Amino acid sequence: MGEMPLIDRDKCQGCGLCVSVCACGALVIEDSAVSIVDVDECQWCTLCELVCPNDAISCPFEIIVENDQA
Amino acid sequence: MAVQAESLKSVPYFSGLSDSVLVSISKLIFEKKAERGEILIFEGEPAEVLYFVVAGVVKVFKTSADGKEQIYHIIRPGESFNDVPVLSGGVNMVSAGAMGAVVLHGLKKKDLETVIKEYPQVSLNVIQVLSRRVEELVAMVEDFSFRHVTGRVAKILLEYAGDGTGERPRLTQQEMAAMIGTAREMVGRSLKNLEGEGAIRMERNRIIITDQKALKEVAGIV
Repeated sequence: MGEMPLIDRDKCQGCGLCVSVCACGALVIEDSAVSIVDVDECQWCTLCELVCPNDAISCPFEIIVENDQA
Repeated sequence: MAVQAESLKSVPYFSGLSDSVLVSISKLIFEKKAERGEILIFEGEPAEVLYFVVAGVVKVFKTSADGKEQIYHIIRPGESFNDVPVLSGGVNMVSAGAMGAVVLHGLKKKDLETVIKEYPQVSLNVIQVLSRRVEELVAMVEDFSFRHVTGRVAKILLEYAGDGTGERPRLTQQEMAAMIGTAREMVGRSLKNLEGEGAIRMERNRIIITDQKALKEVAGIV
């Protein structure tokens, strides 16, 4: 299971804009808030974070120097 | 097909108008639906229609000579796009595409002019919408002119890069934008620029600094 975008269900207003832009179908509205349902296809495009009007989704990046990877 | 007058109430262009006026205006507005990836307006073509987003999200973007897409603005429900060229009589300055299934309301240029002439309140609303647009553009010019967003993104990446020990720090593009005091879209563009210059490489949820020296130069760190 890869890492997935983080959802703050307290901030989520259930508008569904993130669901409408997610190309891999990884997001779904459940009980008036968004949830992750499919973890395999997410390419971390970050569009869900971009379109969320309530800052309820975050797609954090790990920042590393190439030589530190090993 | 005309649209329901009720649906116009949340649109800034039509705020403060009576129900009867909204009914009259709604007869001039048509509905358009589009699927993900569909291009709604093309850069350089005559601007004929003002669009309001009813459902879904629209991206306003330009495509560079080498085919890279740069998103300038995200249009959410209640917001409009293509205002400036429609009102100025010019051509579309950018392209716009559906980021998912979208529903739009469209108002043709000639019908918009009719509405403006007939209802002075709409003129005031248009001025307010355009004034906000000018404010956004001034902020963007400030970013380009004085703040050197790409350089500040580079600086943040250098400051937050893990040293290979312990837990590595993680940042969202939203957080980077807040730290710099710019729009999130600007951070996305800066990261693309840095990747294009070979200073970093984006790998899913990792930003890998591939050329520290180049990144320091962009950041103005000697």
